[in-house]
Amino acid sequence: MTTKYALRRLGFVSAAVVAIATTPALARDLTIVGWGGATQDAQREAYFKPFAEKEGTKVLEDSWDGGYGVLQSKVSAGTPNWDLVQVEAEELVLGCADGIYEKLDWEQIGPKEDFLDESVSDCGVGALTSSTGLAYDSEKWPDGPKSWADFWDLKKYPGKRALRKGPKYTIEFALLADGVKREELYEVMSTPEGIDRAFKKLEELGPNLIWWEAGAQPIQLLASGEVAMTASYNGRIANVNKKEGKKFVFVWPGNVTATDSWVILKGSENKAAAMKAIAFMSQPEPEVKMAELITYGLPSKKAAAMVPAEISKDLPTDPKNLAEAVPLNIEFWIDNNESLTKRFNAWLAAR
Amino acid sequence: MTARLWNRKTRAALLILPLALFIGIFFVWPLGIMVKQSVLDDAVLHLLPRTTEAIAGWDRTAPPTEAMQAALIADLRAADDEKAVGDMVRRLNSAQSGYRTLMTKTLSAVAKPETGPLLTDVDKRWAQPAFWIAIADALEPMTDRYLLAAVDLERNKAGEIAGLPDGASANRTIFIRTFWIAAVVTFFCVLIGYPYALLTAASTGITRTILLTAVLLPLWTSLLVRTAAWFILLQEQGLINGFLLSMGAISSPLPLIFNRTGVVIAMTHVLLPLMVLPIYSVLLTIPTNLMPAATSLGAHPLRAFLHVLLPLSLRGVISGALLVFMTAVGYYITPALVGGAGDQMISSVIAFYSTQTANWSMASALGIVLLVITLILYVVYVQLSGRTSVNGRM
Repeated sequence: MTTKYALRRLGFVSAAVVAIATTPALARDLTIVGWGGATQDAQREAYFKPFAEKEGTKVLEDSWDGGYGVLQSKVSAGTPNWDLVQVEAEELVLGCADGIYEKLDWEQIGPKEDFLDESVSDCGVGALTSSTGLAYDSEKWPDGPKSWADFWDLKKYPGKRALRKGPKYTIEFALLADGVKREELYEVMSTPEGIDRAFKKLEELGPNLIWWEAGAQPIQLLASGEVAMTASYNGRIANVNKKEGKKFVFVWPGNVTATDSWVILKGSENKAAAMKAIAFMSQPEPEVKMAELITYGLPSKKAAAMVPAEISKDLPTDPKNLAEAVPLNIEFWIDNNESLTKRFNAWLAAR
Repeated sequence: MTARLWNRKTRAALLILPLALFIGIFFVWPLGIMVKQSVLDDAVLHLLPRTTEAIAGWDRTAPPTEAMQAALIADLRAADDEKAVGDMVRRLNSAQSGYRTLMTKTLSAVAKPETGPLLTDVDKRWAQPAFWIAIADALEPMTDRYLLAAVDLERNKAGEIAGLPDGASANRTIFIRTFWIAAVVTFFCVLIGYPYALLTAASTGITRTILLTAVLLPLWTSLLVRTAAWFILLQEQGLINGFLLSMGAISSPLPLIFNRTGVVIAMTHVLLPLMVLPIYSVLLTIPTNLMPAATSLGAHPLRAFLHVLLPLSLRGVISGALLVFMTAVGYYITPALVGGAGDQMISSVIAFYSTQTANWSMASALGIVLLVITLILYVVYVQLSGRTSVNGRM
């Protein structure tokens, strides 16, 4: 092969590359991003498939594990490859303030009064309300733990315990176990002494405390008998009971509720379709179907009223369950997550 | 003659052009960005020019002056880039917890024309010097605070470098742990990988194929699947404990998971191919008649091994160890899944800053510290193991 020929060929190849690069890319279909697992399976049946059918379009799916930095970098990079994303409450507040989400058109969604307060914001509409609380296997403990104080009772319930790795929820649960009243929880947490008290309480569990990171892990830990009890999401517990005939119990007293929201990333190519999808998912009928598939609280009050009583009693938004819940204090966590995580990591490393 | 030489040189240059481009785009450029990101500190400076002037004469202890408050209001009113404001708030909240909610409240207040001239009326936190110190500390375009924080240091009030208070941060501990785990995993990989490679190189036909496939198969399996498989094997009710219990070898389950043992076992398995393959390829190049020759001259097989085979195959071990160590240093998923609280490695801290809090500066600083330490270790390693062995004729 002569040099000249090689060069010509190189020129041809680069011309082809340029041609491919400059051809306008085919429009990507609406991409909806959830948190995977049982929840996204339910969303697919209740929301994504019916929506795609109704609109005659395709819906692409992806899933993620949260993290504000992920969204921030996607938007900063230019056109994001996700359109509609289910975010946690802190990510909603942070991103709305930073301008990385599109503002929603509430005309399309419906009157704001029809939704729970936590489900209404300029940038997002509620996706679901979940509870994080104590869970155990009733086949192992017929007279199981009833509060976070019992979670710390190593004599009555020997064995390992698991909590979600990180300061969020962990500090709340430790202080509840230490006798802090629900109403005063965040007041106590706002003081350095309160935080010290929480870490001291965590020390009590010593080597019996292990940590999980993904939502599927606590279920696995309970099922394998690796832990005596764990913190978990209520929907996952109900789901594994239904699907695999387990006898796991979710303890409502002292559960912490938080609402996830749907947001549209700024610069989304499919903004209009995403808006339509949000409007569809906020209708009472699909939401009722969602509750039948997985026991998470519904943003729409109309939908909540339509849910049959035997399902409703397992939802975090059921008045009886709410009465024993602590709503996650979003403001506290957006202010303190970074400094408390640093301290939490330092504490873990020193153990 | 010269023209021809030039021609050949051009051709050679053209041949390595893709490589040079690749290294430039995917390595040098991002690395440059990372370095820049770790020392750049202009998120606040850009948006608050008036406050910068007003705060210059402030003594950092007195209550904030009216001029400072008025300047900040004016700066916030002039800021129209939501993303830049977000960057600024993130930067300030990372220095002083509470800035997030304070800024959200303040921004919506200053949007109304009647607000001012005092910010202390908007929120009484503005009367605390701490919140103004956070601004005053963020007004230099370049900073070493991230690099210092990455190794648990800070500048105290006098501007001297000092250690962070106990229990505030554990990066140093985690760095040491990261290199220690990597070293232990490398050690076990050599221990298992070397005999395995010897066996593979000595075998022929179908045996060799099976041995090679056995080592390559894990390489083709997803990291997550391999790690999850260890989870099933190692847990308290897992296969290994179940087997040992039923054999009566132990009376209570061994703690094999959620601790250092689990991490080392799983990482050694995952990284073993990176050790076996380089050793194996070096062993293949060693003439097979050397060992019989040594024996025929009267050397004991062990002596022949120590004096002939081992020195010749050492460069395989050295490159294998380097590969395993470097890869192990960056491990993240395996320690998170099979490790305990005391086994997290530095990558998980970097991931926290980049994916959770979007604190790119801190993530970059940690990355740079990791890179620098690794490079230093590499240089020391190359010096110790002799340059030719690594750069030699592979």
